[in-house]
Amino acid sequence: MDRRDFFRGVATPQQPLQTTVQPKPAQRERPQPVTPRVQSGIKPYQQALSEEELIHLLKRTLFGASKADIDFFKGKTLDQVVDALLTVSGTTTTVPVKTYTPGSTTPANDPDLALTAGQPWINVHTNDGSVNGGRRTSFKAWWMGQMIHQQRNIQEKMVLFWHHHFATETNDISNGIACYLYNKTLREHALGNFKAFVKAITLDPAMLRYLNGERNLKNAPDENYARELQELFTVGKGPDSKYTEDDVKQAARVVTGFRVRYTDITSYFDAAQHDTGNKTFSAFYGNRTITGKTGADGAKELEELLDMIFATQEVAKHVVRNIYRWFVYYEIDAQVEQDVIAPLATIFRNSGYNIKTVMVALLKSEHFFDPLNRGCQIKSPVDLVVGSVREFGTVFPDASDYATNYLFWGWLQTNAANMQQNIGDPPDVSGWKAYYQEPLYYEIWINSDTLPKRNQFTDTMILNGYTRNSKTIRFDAIAFARQMPNPRDPNQLISDAVKYLYRIGLSASTQTQIKRDILLSGQSQDHYWTDAWDLYIANPNDNAAMTTVRTRLRNLFQYLMNLAEFQLA
Amino acid sequence: MKRRSFLQNTLQGVALPALLNGFSVKAFGESAAFFDMFGLAEDTDHVLVLVQLNGGNDGLNTVIPLDRYSNYRNARTNIAIPENKVLTLGGRKDAGLHPAMTGMQALYNEGKLNIVQAVGYPSPNFSHFRATDIWMSASDSNQLVNTGWTGRYLDHSYPNFPTGYPNAQMPDPVAIQIGSVTSLALQGPAVNMGMSISNPTSFYNLVNNVQDPAPNTPAGKELTFIRTVARQTQQYADTIKKAADRVTQQADYPANNALAAQLKIVARLVKGGLRTRVYMVSMGGFDNHANQVNATDTTTGTHANLLKTLSDAVKSFQDDLKFLGVEERVVGMTFSEFGRRIKSNGSTGTDHGAAAPLFLFGKNVIGGITGTNPILPASATVSDNIAFQYDFRSVYATLLESWFCLDSNTIQALLLKNFQRLPVINGKGCGLEAPAMATGKVRNYPNPFESQTTIEFTTNGGHTLLQVIDMTGRVIAVLADKEYPAAMTDRVVFRAGTLPAGSYYARLQNGADTKVCLMLKIR
Repeated sequence: MDRRDFFRGVATPQQPLQTTVQPKPAQRERPQPVTPRVQSGIKPYQQALSEEELIHLLKRTLFGASKADIDFFKGKTLDQVVDALLTVSGTTTTVPVKTYTPGSTTPANDPDLALTAGQPWINVHTNDGSVNGGRRTSFKAWWMGQMIHQQRNIQEKMVLFWHHHFATETNDISNGIACYLYNKTLREHALGNFKAFVKAITLDPAMLRYLNGERNLKNAPDENYARELQELFTVGKGPDSKYTEDDVKQAARVVTGFRVRYTDITSYFDAAQHDTGNKTFSAFYGNRTITGKTGADGAKELEELLDMIFATQEVAKHVVRNIYRWFVYYEIDAQVEQDVIAPLATIFRNSGYNIKTVMVALLKSEHFFDPLNRGCQIKSPVDLVVGSVREFGTVFPDASDYATNYLFWGWLQTNAANMQQNIGDPPDVSGWKAYYQEPLYYEIWINSDTLPKRNQFTDTMILNGYTRNSKTIRFDAIAFARQMPNPRDPNQLISDAVKYLYRIGLSASTQTQIKRDILLSGQSQDHYWTDAWDLYIANPNDNAAMTTVRTRLRNLFQYLMNLAEFQLA
Repeated sequence: MKRRSFLQNTLQGVALPALLNGFSVKAFGESAAFFDMFGLAEDTDHVLVLVQLNGGNDGLNTVIPLDRYSNYRNARTNIAIPENKVLTLGGRKDAGLHPAMTGMQALYNEGKLNIVQAVGYPSPNFSHFRATDIWMSASDSNQLVNTGWTGRYLDHSYPNFPTGYPNAQMPDPVAIQIGSVTSLALQGPAVNMGMSISNPTSFYNLVNNVQDPAPNTPAGKELTFIRTVARQTQQYADTIKKAADRVTQQADYPANNALAAQLKIVARLVKGGLRTRVYMVSMGGFDNHANQVNATDTTTGTHANLLKTLSDAVKSFQDDLKFLGVEERVVGMTFSEFGRRIKSNGSTGTDHGAAAPLFLFGKNVIGGITGTNPILPASATVSDNIAFQYDFRSVYATLLESWFCLDSNTIQALLLKNFQRLPVINGKGCGLEAPAMATGKVRNYPNPFESQTTIEFTTNGGHTLLQVIDMTGRVIAVLADKEYPAAMTDRVVFRAGTLPAGSYYARLQNGADTKVCLMLKIR
């Protein structure tokens, strides 16, 4: 069957039940059908990129896909689009600035006191708790701002993925500069070499603190980092990952002696705290022995440890599985393992663990565009918040008003946190459960507490907006409608809105009902909407004409964002 | 969960859906003992049912002015209802109902129907959308108000809603809308107070736990999951289902009548114990620019079918309320965004107009006709409109005072102004005497006139308002707006030198009474 025909088939929902004969109640209890699974592999997808497929690709690699984003890439080939999405700078154009007021207990000689509001704090060192608390808040808002004002590439979604993969918590790190530097490390390596990335993370001051690497001393080894290095960051716990408890102990001995200097937030190697004995590993690692080294050479054992770990087959498989669950779908059955995970892992390994190479292979694959892999992600809270903010072209104050911008970004970040995704502070070192916890996975995001919060957020943004310092951010219903191809036609307006906002369509009868109930206010003739729209367009400064249109558009988008379909990407 | 306690409508069927803002609110405990204990029953168990007629109902062919029949027929020869076909109302000679409205005729004869004549507002708007918003928000014609009149009332009665709702004292939705997605009428200052049930079918889906199909794909699997949570999250779903389940027998409703199906749900929920204050139902199709009637028989056709649907639905609803024993608790009101023009057009239809009659129905409605038939020019022009006798907000104010028992200061705050009260709800509503209908008079001389005319009016004392309104409904002069210490006859001169020739209305409002006379400027 033609792939696109098939997709059309699945994307068009069946008619609502009310149009069908309803079975008797006893017959309604039918068993859950077995969900079909994909059969496609990682062969390059050869067909011309349809708009539907482009939107799928963009929603998975950006936070939301705005009409402008889609138009920007429309007409380009798959190769061109993916190559553009995977071209990232690895840096940011801004750094977090001072938006906090030090507490009354902050010592009078604290360097932060000399820093004026709005200035970067990332080079002004302090140990003061209240200042660092303010900096963590500033950092999170800034990070949210990076996502909201993201460029048209995969960088921000990749950074959040790596934060999930190499999870740390700002509450444990405490030091604001360390939080920022950890984030910077994620950015620099997001599409780089994974092995170099692991080394950088191992030596990252925030990680050394978070997983107690700085306390891993020769006479009192702390196994925390060595364990997570294997269990979460590299070889994982897949069926063929057979490292042993003793391997954890041996690895811990290898990485003894790495410390953090808090005066300037750098890591260093303290040879006096390094275990200079030989470390012998299990059969899983080929019974390898890492010969103990003394002095500064002790730090080189880390290289040998990583060489040994990356020589296994498991690192590539584990990382590819994590990437798959972040960018495709959570369910990895035997077929996906064989036809997708294994070959991608081979590509990853053969590239010398180049992250960009494996992302290119995935995003250009038949599998990625398989109809069954579309629309099946439940948006993470950040994807919902940032994605909807971007899709509605939310306008923020001029960059010079940093104070208000940070308040807005912080408020949006808090919204996502209330929906259970608190950037900077995932639940624990395993990251967010939605990407590893069987059997629910993504469904963990949705419950009777978080779903209403999702709806409240979009309600607030489309109806009233959020106001601070006399400035308001909101979803501009009229602006959204104006960018649609033909907003004066209520049928097309709704079908286009559905096309851009959803990944699963609405049936014709449902769209008709929405049109009648909302855009036509119960009238039956389309021209009443068209007349109202035209009147507004002809008289954009007529408050009554504007209000008539705006009220109905707000209701329309509010309604669309409240349907379950909006939660899917 | 706090705010989103209402049913969410998914038009697709699964759940219910509908509303997006919603909410709920107050209700009292479900046992009568609870009411008795706090003495609340009297002011808490009243229900208002709003029946919206979308499109602008043609008032003149709904309530036919028998006492001005020749002017009526002259104005609309191609659609006029034959005099001998008009349904009579308790032997009255002045007005009757469209022949399709046998149900409402019966209600009238039972004393359960009040026809309020020529309801409108100054400077009417002729756009469906804008006029609907005006009716919903209770705003002036030139005023943009983003909240609804019932939404403001419910917000006043259930402060801070939805925070803390539902709760033990208020377990039910405060307002329920059936048949549409979200209504400005129910919009409160912060949130919409209404929970919407998109249509009768999805209501049954809720009550019967019907699972809506989703595509058999991974996306469909996740969609179904989210919908399931959404349904579980709808804290009012159980409440409504339980209320519906308590009612196993209802009186008969006509088949193939969408409005009746909606009202049947309302009756079921009222009887089932919901303390929901306000219900909204609606029907569309009244925008009859063409082919309003069959040319061969003007008593049949589109408009006749619509009025039959309305009349049959309301009658069966009222009968069901009686059958269910809850007739004392419910008052209903129809409304439409505007009436039609006095003169019909060439395509056996009518164009957008101004004032029109509305219906109040219920056991505690004072039966009868409020006001007089609109004045019709002997030879109406295409742009002539019916002047409003009663401001629609007078009807709202009366319902708030005599049915929901609010004090006048609160009502003024909710409706943004003070409006006259009408004698349409009896003392069982809130123990208030209906305001007396004064017998005011207004006339002008000379008439026709050239540059000025004297308007003579009789007031019963108290606040007296005398306005001049042009044929588009604009108030162009206020000639008296003051307190009279006692009944008397007064005169004022209306100087119209610069006004174009044509018809003008003088509108006298004194207490519950309104009188209108037609003045003709000939130069």
